[in-house]
Amino acid sequence: MTDVTHSAARTQSRTGQIVLRWLLYVILCLFAVYYLMPLFVMVTTSLKSLEEIRTGSLVALPREITFDAWKTAWSGACTGIQCDGVRPFFWNSVLIAVPGVLISTLLGALNGYVVAQWRFRGANIIFALMLFGCFIPFQVVLLPMARVLGLMGIAGTIPGLIFVHVVYGLGFTTLFFRNYYVTIPAELTKAAKVDGAGFLRIFWSIFLPLSLPIIVVTVIWQFTQIWNDFLFGVSFSQAGTQPITVALNNIVNSTTGVKEYNVDMAAAIIAALPTLLVYVVAGKYFIRGLTAGSVKG
Amino acid sequence: MAPILDIQNLYKNYGTTEILKDINVSIEPGDFLVLVGPSGCGKSTLLNCIAGLEPISGGAIHIGGHDMTSVSPKDRDIAMVFQSYALYPTMSVAKNITFGMKVRGIDQKTQTAKLEQVARQLQIEALLNRKPGQLSGGQRQRVAMGRALVRDPKLFLFDEPLSNLDAKLRVEMRTEIKELHQRLGASMVYVTHDQIEAMTLATKIVVMKGGVIQQIGTPAEIYKRPANLFVADFMGNPAMNLIPARTRTAGAGTEIEIDNKGGAPIILRDPHTSNLPPDVILGIRPEDIAEPGFRAAQSAQEAECLVDMVEPAGADTFVLTHLGGKQVTARLHSETEAQPGQRQKLAFDLNKVSYFAPDNGQRLN
Ligand SMILES: Nc1ncnc2c1ncn2[C@@H]1O[C@H](COP(=O)(O)OP(=O)(O)O)[C@@H](O)[C@H]1O
Ligand SMILES: [Mg+2]
Repeated sequence: MTDVTHSAARTQSRTGQIVLRWLLYVILCLFAVYYLMPLFVMVTTSLKSLEEIRTGSLVALPREITFDAWKTAWSGACTGIQCDGVRPFFWNSVLIAVPGVLISTLLGALNGYVVAQWRFRGANIIFALMLFGCFIPFQVVLLPMARVLGLMGIAGTIPGLIFVHVVYGLGFTTLFFRNYYVTIPAELTKAAKVDGAGFLRIFWSIFLPLSLPIIVVTVIWQFTQIWNDFLFGVSFSQAGTQPITVALNNIVNSTTGVKEYNVDMAAAIIAALPTLLVYVVAGKYFIRGLTAGSVKG
Repeated sequence: MAPILDIQNLYKNYGTTEILKDINVSIEPGDFLVLVGPSGCGKSTLLNCIAGLEPISGGAIHIGGHDMTSVSPKDRDIAMVFQSYALYPTMSVAKNITFGMKVRGIDQKTQTAKLEQVARQLQIEALLNRKPGQLSGGQRQRVAMGRALVRDPKLFLFDEPLSNLDAKLRVEMRTEIKELHQRLGASMVYVTHDQIEAMTLATKIVVMKGGVIQQIGTPAEIYKRPANLFVADFMGNPAMNLIPARTRTAGAGTEIEIDNKGGAPIILRDPHTSNLPPDVILGIRPEDIAEPGFRAAQSAQEAECLVDMVEPAGADTFVLTHLGGKQVTARLHSETEAQPGQRQKLAFDLNKVSYFAPDNGQRLN
């Protein structure tokens, strides 16, 4: 008797679980569609001809796939008076982002190592100030930064933009590395000191090899920040040093006559591709880094 | 011969808190010095000061006859084994052991030779290519020892190296460390909170409490003649019985009166000790209270006590009773017929007792 009611209750609760699970899947799918829709529209539109865009529906698949818009976006679209596409600006962004990411990550690692493992007088205050730096809004630093860049003689140059991004990113990169390094037992540093290693040797031989997961996190973060930055790019650049975000804005806004949606979309996708790539490539290493060799003992 | 380690009037503060107060210790070459004391008493701090990993606030440290007070750790000719082992996680066992030599620019051939020698000594040849993460606790412990041994230093420092091992492995490694010490004849400073480890390993024990040295002596001295109530209570397991008692001068010796639960006070006579204050704390080890006729000393004096509890422990049986308002443990032979709730004759060996002042806890005899 009790057995029967039990199993009946169990069957009931199992059906309930299945229904719940399917409901969850449906909701998740709806959200996925909602988020993927814009990307879908962008990709399909960029592959259509202008003629087809004018006559067809926004969500329809292209009748005839053409890469003309991509070609134009890459090397022919007009950004103001210049009509070389996004290519030169893409390389500007690379020239800004790659050194910017490398320098800010390396400095962040060194800072974090010092603050976490070489407790000196005032270390906490310095760390607190750096943290505070993370929360200063971009707008606040614009004018002082312009003045500093002018004084340094690198206003409007690519090194100038690298400098801006390094300075602004340092708070975050330091925070990431510091929080990672405080979990490493102080005895490790002590053992290395007894072994005769100095400040840089310990950093290079012991801490840096341990840091793959946090390096990946920092690189993803910094690359996304620098590549997607618009405000600093538009404020501290001049013709010839503008990053791709600024160029994209100019393409979309400076079209005269008919609006070439397909070119705009292709340019936007080109501008977004590197960050996507970083997530896809580095994300894998991120997981790998997290699971490989533990820090504990 | 000059002491291998000589610590003079060492003070250590963190901010305004005094962690170590007026530490004076010196050890001869080949000594195995054990620093023992409860957790938080400053043992690790003292070891770090000796290693040069913490600056000291006052005093001086000499190692091998040289003033090392402000010399950096790498130049002190020491090697250290840490509680967490502190193996470099990304390096193989071999790299862990040779890292110090590599940093010091010792040539590859010497490195390989020394690595092989140490690996053989510690039987870790099969582990050399593994990462620390792939080793068991005991194996990590060996690697940490290897890293220290390969240095061949004047002085070895150990910070609770066995505390992360399980009980069985701890005993094994203890024996191995002792063997190692005897084979190498090296000088060692060893920190532990485990008084049994201290007793078994040391040639010289320093008992610490609250950053102050309580007593320095050989294991036998510390065990037989503890300098104060803290040492008496801390060293030895089960702990020394500390019984409040009254004294009267009786001829050349002293008569001692102890309250006895459920009976007339016990009167014992100590013919060798005189000039005790009227109130004392009598310290007597459990093994110095025996059953008359079994393992009891010739001169032992008998008294009848009420048995509270009987705890067989294999080779011995511990019998608990109440004297002077305190629980008292006697270590009897395993075939004793003592029963809880019954009266039992016990023999007290007055030749081996300690007397302490109740107010400041200092030893009186
Ligand atoms: N870096 C530090 N700053 C402040 N106090 C400390 C520091 N390191 C240790 N202490 C304090 O010093 C005392 C002794 O610590 P420690 O030497 O580690 O004790 P033990 O090794 O005997 O357990 C403890 O009370 C601890 O809180
Ligand atoms: Mg400690």
